[in-house]
Amino acid sequence: MVLVLLGGFAGALLVRFAPGFGTDDAELDSRLSSQSIQSIRRANQDQAAFATFYFRYLGNLVRGDLGQSRTLQQPVAQLLCERFPATLKLVALGLGLGWFLGVSFAIATIMARAAYLDVVTGLFVGVLLCLPASVLALLFVLARLPAQLLLAVVILPKVYRYSRNLLVSSAALPHVLTARAKGLGEWRVLFWHIFPTVAPQFVALAGVCVSIAFTAAIPVEALCDIPGIGQLAWKAALGRDVSLLVNLTLLVTLITVVGNSASDLLKRSPSLEVA
Amino acid sequence: MKVLRALAVAMLMIVAAASLFPQLITGASYARQFRELPDSPPSRQHWLGTDDLGRDRLSRLLYGTRVSLLLAPAAALLATLLAALIGGIAGFEGGRTEKVVMGATDLFLSLPWLFLLITVRAAMPLNVSPGASVMITFALLGCLGWAGAARVICSAARSVAGADFILLARASGDGGFRLLWRHVLPNLRPIVLAQFWLSVPAFILTEANLGVLGLGVSEPLPSWGSLLKDLGTFDGISASVWQFAPLLLFVLVVSSFHLVLTSEELPA
Repeated sequence: MVLVLLGGFAGALLVRFAPGFGTDDAELDSRLSSQSIQSIRRANQDQAAFATFYFRYLGNLVRGDLGQSRTLQQPVAQLLCERFPATLKLVALGLGLGWFLGVSFAIATIMARAAYLDVVTGLFVGVLLCLPASVLALLFVLARLPAQLLLAVVILPKVYRYSRNLLVSSAALPHVLTARAKGLGEWRVLFWHIFPTVAPQFVALAGVCVSIAFTAAIPVEALCDIPGIGQLAWKAALGRDVSLLVNLTLLVTLITVVGNSASDLLKRSPSLEVA
Repeated sequence: MKVLRALAVAMLMIVAAASLFPQLITGASYARQFRELPDSPPSRQHWLGTDDLGRDRLSRLLYGTRVSLLLAPAAALLATLLAALIGGIAGFEGGRTEKVVMGATDLFLSLPWLFLLITVRAAMPLNVSPGASVMITFALLGCLGWAGAARVICSAARSVAGADFILLARASGDGGFRLLWRHVLPNLRPIVLAQFWLSVPAFILTEANLGVLGLGVSEPLPSWGSLLKDLGTFDGISASVWQFAPLLLFVLVVSSFHLVLTSEELPA
């Protein structure tokens, strides 16, 4: 909880001291009189004292009031409740499919022991690693592919590369070589001797992937028109809705911290420690 | 692997040279509009055709490459220097200093990068000049991207600080800053360099993400982000092949940066 509050503080601090904080697009409107511009500036000055701004925000947060979105003219809490399920569904599907495909490719590469397969998957994954999520989203839109699968394509290369390297190094461990020498089948070696060794690292990667998926959700939702919190963040950024963005940053920080803490707890569980 | 590495270095050098001297390849400026030729196909005058505003695509690609190739390494340098300073001191000092600094680093790592970047970018005034926008975008990347590298450098500094030659240097009367500067930092150089090379493609990818979302470098200054954004205006994947030139060059350059690192230097 302390980490989340500090995260929110750091995020709000960065926003507060970013160049242009407190300015409003409306100030550029030549039709407005100087009195109107002065009144807009006075309204924005409320947020200028950083400590006051942040602690007032925290006070409201404790009461469950996340404030009002300036651009969408709706309570932030309501917006989050409406949008979060779509993102959660997208992230869950992306993580599940990305992990399944990534680990399956890695196992196939290890089990087949064929150089061509390693090169082909390496090339495919290498190209995917060179494409930002936003470009992948545009390519998916151009090719009319289902956007729901896009996060899996973002997660896949990271999972594949990490799990392949882990499996290769574990396959060379003495106890695995001994098991093979004793005549154990490949699948039995994989499930009984290799997987238990790499399980803690896989759990750690799962925690990191949650954060990657939520971050990638911004371009994916914005460009594929999925009404989740990623699209909300993009709209808020274009509309310079800082209060909504600070809330979203806090929410994603919370999710990241929960994801990492859960993976830490899992890593410390007795079954994995024995492994 | 050595051949691939040499090819990657050659590729980067060719692209860097072409982007530093674009006037040798194309005479047009990136902002000049040929109003009588909007959306034209490749010709002898415009090798990659023109965009919907009649601007030479090749010229914009080369200038955009220059922006990304000059500023991503600059941002990576800033991030790596911060990481070396913070991680190096934390690892060298150890104890409570390390705990506090690494706690702050963990906090920074748990912040969602892209959310923070778009938040800070959103707060920038609308009338900011394209030059200032590009500087601010990459400066932000540099200021926010040090945490991961600092963790790695801290761990390396800790192991160097415990080495026998450091003990010997201490026994010879070296201490404090001199010890850090003369003995610890030179031994961290390979790790710092690897972190720098890892940061460059990461920053190029992040700038591209921001640019495609319309939150990167302002028009008319091109960058890879703004050039890749044009993919969204195509009719379909069957659009003319030359229009995918920025994407092809982008993938080639980013993969070259990945290939420059040896497998030992790459993270698992």
